[in-house]
Amino acid sequence: MQQSLWQFLVEQQHKIFIQVIQHLGLTFIALLFAIAIGLPLGILISRKKNLATPILTVAGILQTIPSIALLGFMIPVFGIGPEPAIVALLIYALLPIIRNTYTGISGVNDNIIEAAKSLGMTKNQLLFKVELPLAMPVIVAGIRTAAVINVGVATLASFVAAGGLGEFIFGGISLNNSNMILAGAIPAALLAVIVDQIIAFIQRLQYRTIRKILMIIPVIFLMIGGIYFWTKNSGTDLRAGFTPEFMGRKDGDIGLKKIYQLNLNPSVVNDALMYKALYEGKLDIISGYSTDGRIKAYDLIVLNDDKKIFPPYFAAPVIKEKTLQKYPDLEKTLDLLTGKISDSVMTELNYKTDYLHQVPEKVAKEFLVKNNLYKTPNKAESETIRIGSKIFGEQYILAEMYRMLIEGNTHYKVETKTGLGGTKICFDALMNDSIDFYPEYTGTGLLVLLTPDNLTIDKVTKSADLTYQFVQNEFKKKYGIRWLKPIGFNNAYALVMRRKQADQLKIRSITDLKNYTEKK
Amino acid sequence: MITVESVSKNFNNLPAVDDISFVAHEKEILVLLGTSGCGKTTTLKMINRLIDSDSGNILIDGKNIKKQKVEELRMGIGYVMQNSGLFPHYTVAENIAVVPRLQKWDSKKIESRIEELIHKLHLSDEVLKRFPHELSGGQQQRVGIARALIANTPILLMDEPFGALDNITRSDIHSEFKTLNELKNKTIILVTHDVSEAFELGHRICLMNKGKIIQTGTPKEMIYHPENDFVKNFFANNRLALEYKITKVEDLQLENILEKDFDKHENIWNVLQNLNANLEDVELYNTITTAFNEYRKKQLA
Repeated sequence: MQQSLWQFLVEQQHKIFIQVIQHLGLTFIALLFAIAIGLPLGILISRKKNLATPILTVAGILQTIPSIALLGFMIPVFGIGPEPAIVALLIYALLPIIRNTYTGISGVNDNIIEAAKSLGMTKNQLLFKVELPLAMPVIVAGIRTAAVINVGVATLASFVAAGGLGEFIFGGISLNNSNMILAGAIPAALLAVIVDQIIAFIQRLQYRTIRKILMIIPVIFLMIGGIYFWTKNSGTDLRAGFTPEFMGRKDGDIGLKKIYQLNLNPSVVNDALMYKALYEGKLDIISGYSTDGRIKAYDLIVLNDDKKIFPPYFAAPVIKEKTLQKYPDLEKTLDLLTGKISDSVMTELNYKTDYLHQVPEKVAKEFLVKNNLYKTPNKAESETIRIGSKIFGEQYILAEMYRMLIEGNTHYKVETKTGLGGTKICFDALMNDSIDFYPEYTGTGLLVLLTPDNLTIDKVTKSADLTYQFVQNEFKKKYGIRWLKPIGFNNAYALVMRRKQADQLKIRSITDLKNYTEKK
Repeated sequence: MITVESVSKNFNNLPAVDDISFVAHEKEILVLLGTSGCGKTTTLKMINRLIDSDSGNILIDGKNIKKQKVEELRMGIGYVMQNSGLFPHYTVAENIAVVPRLQKWDSKKIESRIEELIHKLHLSDEVLKRFPHELSGGQQQRVGIARALIANTPILLMDEPFGALDNITRSDIHSEFKTLNELKNKTIILVTHDVSEAFELGHRICLMNKGKIIQTGTPKEMIYHPENDFVKNFFANNRLALEYKITKVEDLQLENILEKDFDKHENIWNVLQNLNANLEDVELYNTITTAFNEYRKKQLA
């Protein structure tokens, strides 16, 4: 039975409360730092106008860096946790604060400035008694913009284990759980509106009232920030970082707690960032994927799942029956890849894209050529087939392979829609015919999309074939979607550690890990 | 005493002020008069260094203004500007008190000095708590003057101080200005483009054109001894009224008749205005005009 949003909110109220506090804490600490840096910079460039263009340009460029990339740059320097999140938020908040301080001060009437000078004010007196008070409404408007930007961007803090409402939002997207998405998104939107209105109220106050509360504001900011750190409890000496998806899955953290009785007190991190964080030693255990290229690249090790909680994740294209009928040549073309890619081959291919930074197109072509599957593209003349992919390297490679196979063996046009955010986004795109097929994993199909009861799960995850049979039948019944034949590799969830540390601690399996944490 | 020696200032290689020299004596009102763009405001602002001169020297009581801290220089010079230049975020009281606050006066002293000034400038007490934008133009200008007067500086610079006011308000302020004893002991340089204001308030006038001083002298000298055609033509339009205004009762040597009714420092224009208002004294009116014409003939000879 579907749980209602209200039930979810009531059930998770404690978590929501903590996430809201974390969210506000991050926003306001970053805002405080941004003001501490941006205000003096704005004053500086209003004094030395020739610095204005370069400084505003740099702040503008920083603003355009995609947040996930910015967080990626931060990890080697600041590690995992609130520090990189705060620095990233600070960077996004700088531009409006610098620019409005500059505009505000430059906009003070020349007559007033001249009057102040003629009365014998020094430069500092002019600044503090005349320019800043008169520029205050414009400066506060800049802080308001920055605050609202920060409330929005702070959802990304969950990528680097800094908490906040992003944990629910991104967890919900990965888990196909709309209630969870809304439980994060609605408070986030409300926070943005409330923060905006509170600062708007301050903006309308008389200058002299603002002057009175000027000292209180940083104190409030620091208090909210303080609460944040209070909510972040420190875990064991082995630091675990799991993806939001893994956190909420029965075959993820929930399974670890239930079957292995292993509680690692994990932080939530983004899957694009966690390998790097593990490699850099900022984390010790992550929830990885067994075929990820970075396991080879960073010399990591997959812990043996000795109690078999991670179900098989064999990859196969999923496609609507009616699409197969519409394009009769399609199925046999897609089947060309069946059984061709083993675990080790997939890891190798992933290694090439993730670590050697080769483009997926090149990696895909090399593989097809080596296996005599590559043909020069035919002249496309009929309708377009749209291939989807999720937002990680392996899916990009598979999408490229399918594109080349279709172009070489049929006369269909091909369009790839890669980088769809998560399982839910991909599957929804398939259901509403925005894409024609994408490679999905049997385990995901079972646990995220079908979500049968525990008994069924236990039964069908016993073997890879059973899982495949089950999703094959259920998808046909429920959605009219076919699972084509598996490509061969099993990209299951896995707990991943640095090989060196695992050797040192003599940890080979998840049970070893559990015993190690209990010894402590 | 303010001494300006061969001072020049260029803006974008164009001379705004071109090698000018003049002296403003103790306790006199010197008017810099000229059309817009003649360099009079630039000259004024060079005295309190809102603009720095390119060459030449400006001395106040023999001391070069560039040899002292600019803030100290300005603290010793009152400055009144055209658009009052009041701080919009300060109340009237706070605006007037800016300099004493910077100089850290005792707050009782500030309060009593403000009280004294607003009465002299015909402002009411309740105005003190208001903000500048809540005042009329005339009130704003009075507050601006109070701000410039509060520290009792020996020098006062005024840049078109009454330029933004309507005619009636202006003539009211003019007459108050002349009787205000706060101003009696000051050396005042006043910039204006208004000829009658210059004649009304100025002890001496510097007539400027295109960055140069054309003639410096008393109002009488400007009218009766113009140094060239420019000066003559400059006053041609208002000449009759100006002549009446610069002639005093004492100049006509009609002591017996006039002095019992009029102040000997009163100008003939005002005397005739008053007589003209009540039509009974036609004879006296004629006597005075005749005497004035005699006097005028002598001056022009």
